[in-house]
Amino acid sequence: MYRTIGEVKAQLSAGKTVVSIVQDYLTEIEKQKELNAFLEVFTESVLEQAQQVDEKIKSGTAGRLAGVVIGIKDNLCYKGHKVSASSNILHGFESLFTGTAVQRLIDEGAVIIGRLNCDEFAMGSSNETSAFGTVKNPLDPSKVAGGSSGGSAAAVAAGLCTASLGSDTGGSIRQPASFTGTYGLKPTYGRISRHGLIAYASSFDQIGPFTNSLEDTALLLQIMAGKDAYDSTASSREVPAYMDGALPSKIKVAVLKESFETKGIDPEVVSTTEAIIADLRSKGHEVELVSFPYLDYVVPAYYVLTTAEASSNLSRFDGVHFGYRSPDAKGVEETYKKSRSEGFGKEVKRRIMAGTFVLSHGYYDAYYTKAQKVRRVLQTKTDEIFRSYDFILLPTTPSTAFEQGGVKDPIQMYLQDIFTVHANLTGHPALSIPFGNHSNGLPFGIQIIGKPFDENGLLNFAAYLEN
Amino acid sequence: MKITDETVDHIAHLARLEFEGEAKTAIKQEMETIISFMEVLQQVDTENVEPLIFMSEEINRLRDDVAEVTLTQAEVLKNAPKKDSDYFRIPKVLDK
Repeated sequence: MYRTIGEVKAQLSAGKTVVSIVQDYLTEIEKQKELNAFLEVFTESVLEQAQQVDEKIKSGTAGRLAGVVIGIKDNLCYKGHKVSASSNILHGFESLFTGTAVQRLIDEGAVIIGRLNCDEFAMGSSNETSAFGTVKNPLDPSKVAGGSSGGSAAAVAAGLCTASLGSDTGGSIRQPASFTGTYGLKPTYGRISRHGLIAYASSFDQIGPFTNSLEDTALLLQIMAGKDAYDSTASSREVPAYMDGALPSKIKVAVLKESFETKGIDPEVVSTTEAIIADLRSKGHEVELVSFPYLDYVVPAYYVLTTAEASSNLSRFDGVHFGYRSPDAKGVEETYKKSRSEGFGKEVKRRIMAGTFVLSHGYYDAYYTKAQKVRRVLQTKTDEIFRSYDFILLPTTPSTAFEQGGVKDPIQMYLQDIFTVHANLTGHPALSIPFGNHSNGLPFGIQIIGKPFDENGLLNFAAYLEN
Repeated sequence: MKITDETVDHIAHLARLEFEGEAKTAIKQEMETIISFMEVLQQVDTENVEPLIFMSEEINRLRDDVAEVTLTQAEVLKNAPKKDSDYFRIPKVLDK
């Protein structure tokens, strides 16, 4: 299959049509159906789009993504198509508009092949909270593909689309990328418009790409980034040319000392990270172990703030305006309560309850305000590190992909995100690149966090690490 | 922190959710675990620290106040579970 944008372009230059490329992907999706990566394949509309792009290629007006086949996470709006956030509460819902990130890809000639399975409302780290079943890891079907963007990761790893979009609130792009051997980028908060992304926790959520190459990550970011009239939190900073290769002659890298001391971290993840450190040092770069004594607090802070924001964001699902309505409800209040209780899954209800609690009278200051203060401390301390260093290096995940059903306790599941939530709490950009090959046969990623809006530096450094 | 039945009922009502029987026992325990997990934040010294509320550096991105139809009435009603030509419909509030 065509694993990169470059491969698609080569096929097009050799005379292949976009329609036939799409058909090849459709065949592959059908063959690998048991992965459960796609919730729906947009067969009709993607072929129609492909035909239009073929015509544009003929007339020489095709964009930079002509013929690139993209899958989108099932929390991204695409006009006239269903979107459900993998939840029963959005049963039958059809998008009324196309989100900015998706539209920008379409405007450059990309075609949208379908919507990809994920944890319900992006709440999960294994894709097991989806109302439509778990996604299997294409590298070992007994393992999870990670979450919440499990379908997006699996589809790219299995060659079911050229690239995909996911969203990352606490690691939902980087963790599944690590588990599937793909590239996953969470841009700086505000770099890509969130318009058309079903909100989970608005001060954390970011859309980002899954790809099989750094060049593809850079190009997709290039196209999706930038200000947007529909999202006032989207940054108006100019979008630079990504991956220009510029790096300081002596790269300064901070490694968070405490990450190696994390309970349950796989020794091979540690030794791979140490090997990268040794290699960088041998090339004259400065790599130091820096103490960041807040690792025990990042996941709790993340859960106070994201559940609070989720409880507020998800109040719009009321059984009245769209989606599922309980057939037995009488009156307005019962309509709300029964529709929500029947429509939401267990993990979503758990988080709404926790979030409502931390925002409730008498507990607001002790939990919610406290967590916002901790968030400030984390951001200040992280910025301090970046005053002396160019990048922070740490594993993406403490281990490789775990067994389906292997993590049952909610808190243990929350701790899967221990290395990834940091960047969402502070807003910094972070990239996971496939780096390790574990003796158990599974891949794992290494994560680089960069200065705010320095995605260019991140990509340059990642390319340097790969060579 | 101990979560009581009353707390579960109160929070569930605020969240417009219902928990009965086994589901209620389960959510009570889960809330207790999750909230205890959150309590470690009390160990972080936040004396004189302002809460971090806004993650975006953008301030007051103003635009001209121009009226436009971004969604038609038909589109807005399209996804409603129950509607008539002009309105969302809800079940009767009072039974006669």
